Amino acid sequence: MLLIDCPHCGPRAELEFSYGHEAHIERPKAPEALSDAEWADYLFLRDNTKGVILERWVHSHGCRRWFNVARDTVTYEILAVYPMGAEPPALERKTYV
Amino acid sequence: MAQSAPAAARSSQPFRLSEGGRIDRSRSLTFRFDDRELTGHPGDTLASALLANGVHLVGRSFKYHRPRGIVTAGAEEPNALVQVGRDPRTEPNVRATQLELFDGLGVSSQNRWPSLEFDVGGVNNLLSRFLPAGFYYKTFMWPAAAWETYEKAIRQAAGLGLAPSKPDPDHYDKTFAHCDLLVVGAGPAGLSAALTAARAGARVVVAEQDFLLGGDLLSDRTAKIDGRPALEWVAEAEAELRASDRVRILTRTICFAAYDHNFFALHERVTDHLAPADRPEGLPRHRLWKLRTKQAIFATGAIERPLVFRDNDRPGILLASAARSYLNRWGVRAGSEAVVFTGNDSGYATALDLKAVGVRVNAVVDLRAAAEGPLSEAAKAAGLRILAGHAVTGTEGDKRIARLRAAPLDADGKGVRGSGQEIACDLLVSSAGWSPTVHLHCQAKGSLAWDEAHACYLPDRSMQKGQAVIGSAAGAFGLASCLAGGEAAGREAAGALGLEAKASRKKTQAEDRDFLPMRQLYCVPSDKPLGQGGKHFVDQQNDVTAADLLLALREGYRSIEHVKRYTTTGMGTDQGKLGNLNAIGIVAERLGLPLPEVGVTTYRAPYTPVSFGAFAGRDVDALLDPVRTTPIHSWHERNGALFEDVGQWRRAWYYPKAGEDLHRAVAREVAATRETVGIMDATTLGKIEIVGPDAAELLNRVYTNAWSKLEVGRCRYGLMLKEDGMVMDDGVTSRLAEDRFLMTTTTGNAAPVLAHLEEWLQTEWPDLEVFLTSVTEQFATMTLSGPNARKLLAELCDLDLSTEAFPHMSWQEGSVAGVPARIFRISFTGELSYEINVPAGHGLSVWQALYRHGEKYGITPYGTEAMHVLRAEKGFIIVGQETDGSVTPLDLGMDWIVSKKKDFIGRRSLSRSDMADSGRKQLVGLLTQDPKVVLPEGGALVEAMRDATPVPMIGHVTSSYWSPNCERSIALALVKGGRARLGKTVLCPLEGGKTVPCTVVEPLFFDKEGDRLRA
Ligand SMILES: [Zn+2]
Repeated sequence: MLLIDCPHCGPRAELEFSYGHEAHIERPKAPEALSDAEWADYLFLRDNTKGVILERWVHSHGCRRWFNVARDTVTYEILAVYPMGAEPPALERKTYV
Repeated sequence: MAQSAPAAARSSQPFRLSEGGRIDRSRSLTFRFDDRELTGHPGDTLASALLANGVHLVGRSFKYHRPRGIVTAGAEEPNALVQVGRDPRTEPNVRATQLELFDGLGVSSQNRWPSLEFDVGGVNNLLSRFLPAGFYYKTFMWPAAAWETYEKAIRQAAGLGLAPSKPDPDHYDKTFAHCDLLVVGAGPAGLSAALTAARAGARVVVAEQDFLLGGDLLSDRTAKIDGRPALEWVAEAEAELRASDRVRILTRTICFAAYDHNFFALHERVTDHLAPADRPEGLPRHRLWKLRTKQAIFATGAIERPLVFRDNDRPGILLASAARSYLNRWGVRAGSEAVVFTGNDSGYATALDLKAVGVRVNAVVDLRAAAEGPLSEAAKAAGLRILAGHAVTGTEGDKRIARLRAAPLDADGKGVRGSGQEIACDLLVSSAGWSPTVHLHCQAKGSLAWDEAHACYLPDRSMQKGQAVIGSAAGAFGLASCLAGGEAAGREAAGALGLEAKASRKKTQAEDRDFLPMRQLYCVPSDKPLGQGGKHFVDQQNDVTAADLLLALREGYRSIEHVKRYTTTGMGTDQGKLGNLNAIGIVAERLGLPLPEVGVTTYRAPYTPVSFGAFAGRDVDALLDPVRTTPIHSWHERNGALFEDVGQWRRAWYYPKAGEDLHRAVAREVAATRETVGIMDATTLGKIEIVGPDAAELLNRVYTNAWSKLEVGRCRYGLMLKEDGMVMDDGVTSRLAEDRFLMTTTTGNAAPVLAHLEEWLQTEWPDLEVFLTSVTEQFATMTLSGPNARKLLAELCDLDLSTEAFPHMSWQEGSVAGVPARIFRISFTGELSYEINVPAGHGLSVWQALYRHGEKYGITPYGTEAMHVLRAEKGFIIVGQETDGSVTPLDLGMDWIVSKKKDFIGRRSLSRSDMADSGRKQLVGLLTQDPKVVLPEGGALVEAMRDATPVPMIGHVTSSYWSPNCERSIALALVKGGRARLGKTVLCPLEGGKTVPCTVVEPLFFDKEGDRLRA
């Protein structure tokens, strides 16, 4: 069980949080202008990186705030926690073969 | 021999030494094993007490029902599993080697019928050539229908013990804990690490599965630390740790799982070791610790591997280290005439210790061409008979080993020369080497490295920060190395915590003896080909032999994970702690691969079995899940309501009068609501206040229809979609003020809808100035519905309720029964309806006032079932009943609510090409052609019946009721191309071959013009 450092509440056990999948996927400004394939890409297709990924979490059983996390999917190490809307911090986007 | 002693005879413990060990000979404990009454001493385990009484035969094997005895002295025990206690306080598969003896303990052996000594299932042993590896798969794959028959037979013949027949009467507990350092294992390495870190100021938890600290030192009669008996050092270490308020020592506690970020699960057996009468009232039986630590040190030791030789499973054949533990820790000699079979130096420790207490050691059979090493030399000096370069080629004996044969081994270890010599014995101990207990390291995704010299896997790199493996778990097999490694790890952990560990005053002095040199043979040859003349057991608990492994390879399995599953090796409750490496070695040799290339099977939690009770803790019965009740709940109870669970809410289902069943009660409630007035508790509907200048804009984006122009004081129905276009929720939202709305959700979706809105607001639209607050529990909501609703409400309300002053789909603030209220004129029944919201604390009194005043109209409380019928008569959907996550508004025929002018969540998905497919399932009404027949909800619908199956399904019934107002049955259904089938017939096949023809109709059955609603 991960230990996640909520920016508002401090480090808490994973069971207080809900997962929000990949971060930085912006809703298209003009959905009607997209082809079905482009819309499907936004709606369903996500990276499956073996390495550092940027993802969203929400402290559902705490402050109910969303935030972003950079996490290594191999070691599960959390490398950064940063607010919604912020650019990802500069860090090595390590991947594994 | 004690084994044939008559029932109930007191045993004198003939195999107990007169002195030595960690037992209290001044007290005797009486216990019962099957029908025999025996005695032991405090400090005994069941296994040590049985051996003290000369009892080796403790169970029958899983598949062949072969007699089996105690093999080990610890958690790795494959055979000695017993049933403890009486139903319902009974537990199967308890390892006798870890079960502490108490006065009055009652256990029975498992997997034998009719008795342990005479077992009918033993015939399986004779039939064994018809029970090869993969037997179950092969037999039960086909025909599928035969499975039920086979399964019954298997359940009779196989199985390990009995589950209790009644709920567990004991209670269990869970606790969360945090510490700086978790040390797992309190042998010399773990104690040394804990001492070092604690002295530096770390908060330390030491978890030890045993009831005594000391680990392997408890089984060693000669070990010295700083020139004194090692157990004196252990006692001092324990005293120092116990005296520290920063240290918690958990004994009888197995750390069974490692999770992410140094989170561990530990299983503490709190009272199992006490006689039932001595178990303190307030203490749980077991406790589950969920522990988060900053640093973790695994000092989990190593487990000796047995040698795999022919008929290596007879009672009286033990691990060398186990026989040594029984001797030194429990003062029990496991036999009178012993043979030691070893491939390394450590087997000689047992030989020497046995000899020292007067056991006749008839031979040491050593796989190595020459006996080398410090203990081997000592054995030579002591005059022990050593057969170097020899192998045990087979054993004999009925319920206990009686003799063995030993023959010279070929240089390549693949065969023996001649039939060898016979050696009598009643005890045979074996040692193939030692396997570090790397389970926690591997569960935490740490990697392993193969150590060819010791023929074992050692922990390589930890995947997670702050973890270390020390002692023999890390391949430090000598005592001095354990102590030094522990101190270094303790110092390092302290450093990582920002603490400074002072260098110890002087280095702890001890011997540093390894078990090298060794000769590793994964499978010891005999004078016949493998599988003939006897069995080489690799996994005794699951009765898997070396021949089974080779069969799996012949049948084409290559991956060790597949071989494991096909043969079931390592899949018993012991999870192959003894056998796995031998299995891998045998597979590697046959494949001609270096062992590391075969890989290891995955280490999974739990390390040892954990009781369900510990996982459940106190979360049982009423505490399993919170129950939410409304402020009016007590009235429903007093008035005979039956309840249904909707999520955590308990809602009034219907209110039967004397003699009424569901059907009649609902018919009465439904009729009264249509004819006069009904009252329903709607408090559980989700309520969310949406406040801020952009509140209307948020609604525009999350609902399919438009909201900006909704006037203050008006209400509107909304349909909410997910971005994939599927219906997520629906409900009425009312504008309370220019910048304030009250949204209602379905009962079950209150929390998900709030989370959905928050997600969009926070992650996509942070520019919108809107705040969301759940107010579900702040208000009690009651619905008055029916032609007399207005007259009744007018008696208690200060507002003008005329349709002109208070039209349908509007709300006003007023007072009801003297209580400030929001009154919403909205309807889910199709009747003139008012939903009255009052502060929750006033809910009951307002309800009672309405009821009192309503009695003259025949007011009738109605529950969820009547509400469902009333809305179905009107064709109103229930999200989750008419929808299932794959239904769009278009499928529901609700295009009228989908705006063409604006974007909203899910809109783009509705224009995907397949959304327009006319063959999609669409909501329709169904009228059975026999009006008396009520369709089953969930019933499948087909176009026509055919003799051949499968018959293509074109849809299913989503809602179905007897409608008292239509005086016939009605149903809603999702049907492929449903709207094009209006007027056509579909069939609903029922169980038993009956088929119900139904006509497809519009989903609206009552008051089609909606006059009653607007009355
Ligand atoms: Zn938080």
